[in-house]
Formats: sequence, C-alpha cells, structure tokens
Amino acid sequence: MGSELKIINGRVYDPINDIDGEIRDVCIRDGKIVESVADDAKVIDAAGKVVMPGGVDMHCHIAGHKVNLARKFQPEDHRHDVQPRVGALRSGTGGTVPSTFTTGYRYATLGYTTAMEAAVPPMGARHTLEELHDTPVVDKGFYLLLANNVCLNQLLEQGRHAEFRDAVAWWLNKSKAYAIKLVNPGGDEPWKGRKNSNVHDLDQPISGFDLTPRKIIKALIDVSNDLGLPHPAHIHCNNLGHSGNYATTLETMKTADGRRAHITHIQFHSYGGEVGKNPTSAARQIVDYINEHPNISADVGQVMFGKATIMTADAPLTWLLRNMSKDKWINADTECESGCGIIPFSYQEHVYTHAIQWAIGLELFLLSKDPWRMVLSTDHPNGGSFENYPRLIRLLMDKPFRDEQAKRANPKAIANTSLLDIDREFTMREIVIVTRAGPARLLGLENKGHLGVGADADITIYDEMEDKEAMFNAARYVIKGGELFIDNHEFRFDHEGSVYHVSPSYNPEIERVLKPFFEDYYSVQFENYPVSDHYIARGVTVPTGQSQP
Amino acid sequence: MANRNEQGVWEHVPSPFCGIGSDDLKIRVSGSRIEVLENGDAVTREAFEQPLGETRPMISGKPVSLEEAVERAAAVLAEAELPLLAGLATDVAGMRAALSLADRLGAVVDNMNSRAAMRNILVLQDSGWMTTTLAEVKNRADLLLVVGTDVESLFPRFFQRHIWVDGMFVEAADREVVYLGKAPSGYASVSPDGRKPTVLACEDRDLPAVVSMLRLLVNDRPVGVDSVGGIEIQALKELAGRLKSANYGVIAWAAGALEWEHAELTVQITCEMIKDLNQRTRCSGLPLGGREGDQTATQVCGWQTGYPVRVRFSRGIPEYDPYLNATERLLEEGEVDALLWLSAYNSSRLPPRVGVPTVVLGRGGMNFDQPPEVYIPVGVPGIDHAGHTYRTDNVVAVRLFKLRDSGLPSSAQVLEAIERAVRAKLSS
Repeated sequence: MGSELKIINGRVYDPINDIDGEIRDVCIRDGKIVESVADDAKVIDAAGKVVMPGGVDMHCHIAGHKVNLARKFQPEDHRHDVQPRVGALRSGTGGTVPSTFTTGYRYATLGYTTAMEAAVPPMGARHTLEELHDTPVVDKGFYLLLANNVCLNQLLEQGRHAEFRDAVAWWLNKSKAYAIKLVNPGGDEPWKGRKNSNVHDLDQPISGFDLTPRKIIKALIDVSNDLGLPHPAHIHCNNLGHSGNYATTLETMKTADGRRAHITHIQFHSYGGEVGKNPTSAARQIVDYINEHPNISADVGQVMFGKATIMTADAPLTWLLRNMSKDKWINADTECESGCGIIPFSYQEHVYTHAIQWAIGLELFLLSKDPWRMVLSTDHPNGGSFENYPRLIRLLMDKPFRDEQAKRANPKAIANTSLLDIDREFTMREIVIVTRAGPARLLGLENKGHLGVGADADITIYDEMEDKEAMFNAARYVIKGGELFIDNHEFRFDHEGSVYHVSPSYNPEIERVLKPFFEDYYSVQFENYPVSDHYIARGVTVPTGQSQP
Repeated sequence: MANRNEQGVWEHVPSPFCGIGSDDLKIRVSGSRIEVLENGDAVTREAFEQPLGETRPMISGKPVSLEEAVERAAAVLAEAELPLLAGLATDVAGMRAALSLADRLGAVVDNMNSRAAMRNILVLQDSGWMTTTLAEVKNRADLLLVVGTDVESLFPRFFQRHIWVDGMFVEAADREVVYLGKAPSGYASVSPDGRKPTVLACEDRDLPAVVSMLRLLVNDRPVGVDSVGGIEIQALKELAGRLKSANYGVIAWAAGALEWEHAELTVQITCEMIKDLNQRTRCSGLPLGGREGDQTATQVCGWQTGYPVRVRFSRGIPEYDPYLNATERLLEEGEVDALLWLSAYNSSRLPPRVGVPTVVLGRGGMNFDQPPEVYIPVGVPGIDHAGHTYRTDNVVAVRLFKLRDSGLPSSAQVLEAIERAVRAKLSS
C-alpha cells in the first residue's frame, strides 16, 4: 500500500514518549503512527539523521484581515523574496508577511506541520478561514478575540455570568475558533471612545463600562476552564512594550488564581524600569513566578535582529509606536469587536531597546526550569519572521554562538541582563519540547507533538549537523498526515491541511439575548453572522473535556 | 442564513451588488424571475431583477456547447505569449480560479475597477491610513464628512443603514453630515428629523486645493486667502473646528468618484489630515467601494500573491506594478496578445474593444457590438450559485446564497475547466 511508510535507522526524539535520541523505527499507515507495517512498505533510511514530530507553532499571525492588509501594504516586503512556481505548487512571495501558499511551503521547509493564527475578531472569522484554506501543508486553527467585545462586556458588567459563559461558547461555535484570545483586555474602549488613550492598570475602570481589565481577564480564564477547552485563555497582557510592565504581567498571572492560563509573547511583557524610560530586564521575576506556578504557561515571543512587521489587535499600542520607525503605518477599528495596527519594523543590534528585548527573550528560555511551559515563538511577524526559528534554535543550543551574537549587540543593554552569565545550552530533547511536544500539549492536541502509536504522522527528518541553524533550516524529509510532502528536499505534492476548532455546548436560549443586540448594533443580520460549514473543507472538531479546576 | 418560505420568498438575502453588504433583502423567485420585495434600492433592484438573458455559450456569436467553448478559450489563452485576465468581477472562488489559471499561464491579472482602487492603494502603500468599518460608523460616528462623492447614487442605503439609526454610543439625532466638493443628488443625507447636511460645494478640479486648505486649518496654520475653490475660508474653519470637536468623526469617499489625474494625492492629504486629527480626538477614514467584487479581487490577490492587483506571472513569480500592469496600458501598447474578461455581476460592463482574441465570461445578457471569439455566460454569485464576497470595509466576508436554478456554471467552474484544458495542451 502506498500509504504505508517505515522510517529506519534514524535517531528518534519523542519526549512525550520518553524517547531521547534512540535509534529506532517509526511506522506509518493511513496518516497515523502504528506499531508495524507490512514488509513491502516504502522505506526511508534515516541513518545519520534525526527524526522528530513536526513542529507546532502555537502563536503566529498568518491569516485574516490585518495580515492581508499588511501584505498589500508592503510590496517592498515581497519584491526581494519570491517563491517561484514549482511543479504542482503555486508561486508566491515571502518577506515578513508571506503570501498564503508560501507561508505553508516555508513552514513545511522548516519542518513545521501545525500553525495557529493567534488573533481573529469574530467578524473576521470567515476571512481567516478563506486564507487558511489557501495555506497549504500545515494543520491550523485560530484564536478568537473576545476581551474587547462590547456585547460580552455588557453581560459581564451586569453580572450575568451564566449568559456570559453561554455567549462565549456560542461565539466559539459560530466562528469555528480553537481558543479564546485576550488582547490588551479592555483597552479598545478608551481608544475608540474619543480619547485615543489606553488602560494601564488592571483595576482601572474602563470608560463607558462598570468594568476593569481584571474582571474581563478573570471571567475569560474562568470560562476557558469551565468549558473544558483544550487550550486555556491565551492572553496578550495589558501594557505591552512599556517599561515596568512586568508588574502588570505578574498581576495578570495572579488573577488566574491557580487556574490554567497561557501568557503569550511574554518577552514583550517582561520589562522592568520606569514608564517612558529605557526598559531593564525583569525576566528573572517573570520566570520565578512561572517556575512556581504550574497553572501558567507561556510562549516567548523572541525578537530577532532584522526585519519584522508589527501587526497587532492592540490598536492604541500602534498609535503609540507609530512614529518610531519614521515609516508608514495603519490603524483600523473593527466592528465593535476589535481594532488593529500595522507598522513595518526593524530590530537593530545597536539599539538599546531592541538589544535588551532580544536578550530578555533568551533569558526567559534559559532561566525557565520547565521547557514544557515556556515554548518557542517570535510572535511572527512581530518579533521577526518564523523563518528565524532555526537561528533561534542555534542561539539556545550553542553558547559560544550566542555569546558572539550578544557581543555584537548594544553592550549596555546586554550588561543589564544576565545573558552572558548563563551557560545553559538546550539539548535536542529540550528543543523538541519547546518547538513540538510543548506547544502540542499546551494546545491540547493529543495526536500531535509526539510519535507514539495513534499520533498523526506529522514527522520531520533533519540531517544531523554541528551547525544547528543549518540543520533546522531545511528538513530533508517532511511527512504530513502520512504522506511524504518533502522528499530529499523536494516538494512532492500539494497538501491542504485541516482546520482545528472547538464546539463547546451552550444553552441555545442565549440567542434570545444576542439577537436583539445584533439587530441594534451590528452591520450584518444575526442570521447571516455564523460561519457555516462551507468555510471548512477539512475540519477537525477537538472535543472539549471536563470542566478544569 | 438566508432561507426560503413556501411561496418562494427569501429573507435575509445579502446583496453582492451594493458594496456595503446589505443583507436584509426580501426576494421572491419565480422560475428564473427575481423580484426584490423589501429593502431594495436603485442599485440592488436593477442588478437583481434583470432578466436571465442568453445562457448559451458562443464562439464568434454562434451557439456551441460549454465543452467546445471551454476548449476554444483554452486554445486562445494557451497560444498567447502574454495573456491578460481582466475584469475579474467575481466571488472568492472565481478569483481563486482566475489566479490559479494566471499562475499556470504566466498571465497578467487586473481588475475592472482598479483604476479607481489604485487611488486608495497607492496611499495605503505610501503612507498608510487610519480607517474604520460600518458597524463602528453606526455605533460611534457623530460627524460624517463626505469628500468629493455623491454617496447616495453609488450606495443608496448607506445613510439609512449606518447613519440615520441609533448606535450604541450616539443617536441619529446627534449626528451631523457635511459634504465637501460634490453636493448630494437626493435626500438620503437629510436626517429623519429634517436636518439637511451642510454642503460646501466646489468643482472637482478645486477639491485638491480645498482639502489641502482644510488640513492646514485643522493644524491651525496661518492662511493668507479668503476663499478657495469658491468656498469661504470661514466655512472651512468651522468645519475644521467640528472635526476637532467631534468624538468620533468619519471621513468617507469613494475613489471611483474622484475622477481626475492623480486623485490619489487628494486621498493622501485626506488620510494625513485624519492622522493629524487623532492627535486630539478620534477620526477615521471610510473608503467606499466593494461593488462588482472589487474588494474580493484585491483581497484574494493579496493573500495569494502578496499584492492587491495588477500582478504579472510571466516570469514564474508574482510581480506587481501599479502602472506597467494596468489593463488600459497593456492593451494600448499592444503588450498582450489575448484577453480573458470576467464580469459575473454586471452585463453592461463589456470588455474593452481591442484587436486581440478575447474570451468573455460574463453575466447573461451581454450585448456586444462585435461578438468576442468566445462568450461563456456564467452565473451571478448570490443569485445562481453560493459564494463569498467582501464588502467595502474589507473586514467582513459575506456569504452569498443560491436563489434560483438557472443551470449556469459559476465563474470558478468555467475557469477551472479552462485550466484543465490548458494543462492538457501544455503537456501534450
């Protein structure tokens, strides 16, 4: 059978199943990993190579309204980096915000087979799914922006908690989303409501509502756990980028009160110092808290020197940063559900702030005691493109390389961190955890991130090399859903990938509450708002489990 | 989602024609005849209700089977050195298929409304902007300034749906409307309580100077003249003051209405003025468009190639050029040797008259002076087949429904068939 495959002689890393560099076989049938296959199965000889699960990017911006606006906005981002048409594959363009086909192909080239779009307003769900449809190879899903939703805010301020819960579940269902996303909770209202300002304290009242950011954060953390969602509330904290913001981040984590919560691109939220002055590193304070609180997980949001595109639902932040790069920028308010901003950006080694951001990200990785809960991301393309992952892996695995890079960066910034004092080098097992097993586990994707029997056959095979950047830059083989997508560095066929979403149950009576709100305030009919199944050609509904403590 | 009762009446029907995503139409379908019963307007009624027209494919004006027409279309395109796929008024699936075909052929793609769209795109790409969407207008806008556009002739229901309703943070009675440049052609901008809009009219040719002056006044710059384009400076000063005192001002324009050379510069001054205003209050731009699938075309082209429109695949990669890849220029300079014209919404948008072999995929009922080499009638998205389209504010994808059984293929189906035939030719 063509769908049977056996990988032999490879050095296998599979931390979920406690396999750490053993030479052993991996067998595949019908897209899944199995015990054994027939003798005439196709064989890949992986001698001298490393075999691991496909990469899982749990936080990136690859599809939807603001991503596409960022593409159309920056022709100069694409011109120098083209993706020629090859065989059955489509042409496209790269840069910091690649076209959809190119996004899929390039993730696959690096050995990544799953990527989650991290910020979608419900109204943008259809658009996002249209783009994900055209993003090949990878499995995917998206997180739903709910922390600045006027309707939900009203339910919350009126203390209607059961209805709030049902409304959140309704929205997740009707948008075909995977998880709940919070961005700068409560910050849209002061921004849109005249004063182009922001909230800065978790207990500061939000103009127009009898509500605080803390109440929104607590409510959405609770709902995520109560609904038993596979991934907990995914939180972009208030005060992103501000000096001294680590205190806000600590407060946000404390608000979880022992329940599960995920803090995203935490590097951007780990700054000491005073507002308006240069940041210092608060990586130690943040990591200490996370080390001691197993209910909290994070992805780093590493910045990498070079080009980036700031692209965020944190609209007031964009307004604040707009003149920093003396370049063009975009701000857009979005349908009472969100807002967004886009700025072309470049992180430069000699700039104090950029250098300390870079060093803080690395501190977070290296000081963390539990790689399962401090996983790899660059908040693509905010901290840099996902195409930087191989270099980031080398920075973690190779102390001399890291120190050499640090010495090129602003010395005052580096001296204000502990980076040069840290000797730790990540092992291959730890790299597999922060790029695969960890994100898969945090997402609650039980069939991803490992190579045990029953897992999805999403597998990467790299040549074993001393230079880890070169090694992770181009997988020799990539198997997606049991099919050999990249065979000896060559693309073999097109693969669509599946859309992962959740469908938590809710009391249908909630529509009686929502419908009048829509009729009064929305620009589409309530009947036309839900995303129908037509939008998902290949979908996987991930079951919601028991309510989490 | 839209549904049909026993009498063949559909409710909650979205209009693919109006650009602002009206999705509350009530429509009766009897056989192939369509009647808008409720919430229609001049634009949507005419577009929905036109007769089905010719449904047979033609080669040089003579009816043929769909297979023959597809085969000939593929031959015309495959034999060309540099084909142009233009018009591109279709839904998401149609645009996907058009881009796939262009990628395979090494063709150029351009949209029928891109001359207008470029006035916005050039500004977006040069300096960026601050914009908003229709629900924010409805819930927050206390001042609407319309620049150079007679909104109601292009978007008849804009005021009814988004201005003269009570929003979350502002009531209809508290909203003000000001026109700068063109005066309104009717009464849509008059409030339900009888307040007329303030109109500061001027000739199109003076509008660039008038908008520049308004920006100066917004920034409290000294001005040495008493009037500009026939408008008193005092009146512009008052307008600048109102923009600054509004809580959430919205400045709207339709690029298609700004018909003068380098109108993008006027759009740019407007957008920079909006940024200036946000130093002290909120103000946002609202570019109006979205008719004939133009936002759909730029969205899909954007995500598949990285560029909004005017993309060339002839070197095996997408290459964007806002000037070199323009339909008019390519045809005038004789750079392309075959044309595929796609107009699925509007039978009166005919292909440009050119001396190269032409394939037309069009809504039934197109009247050609000279029949094209191939004409394949295609269904209208939102009438003859389901589909997705983008409305003017680019954020909201609207799901369209199949309302009748005309048997017409979708543009995507025809384009996919042409691509299959092209592949067979190229590989043989």
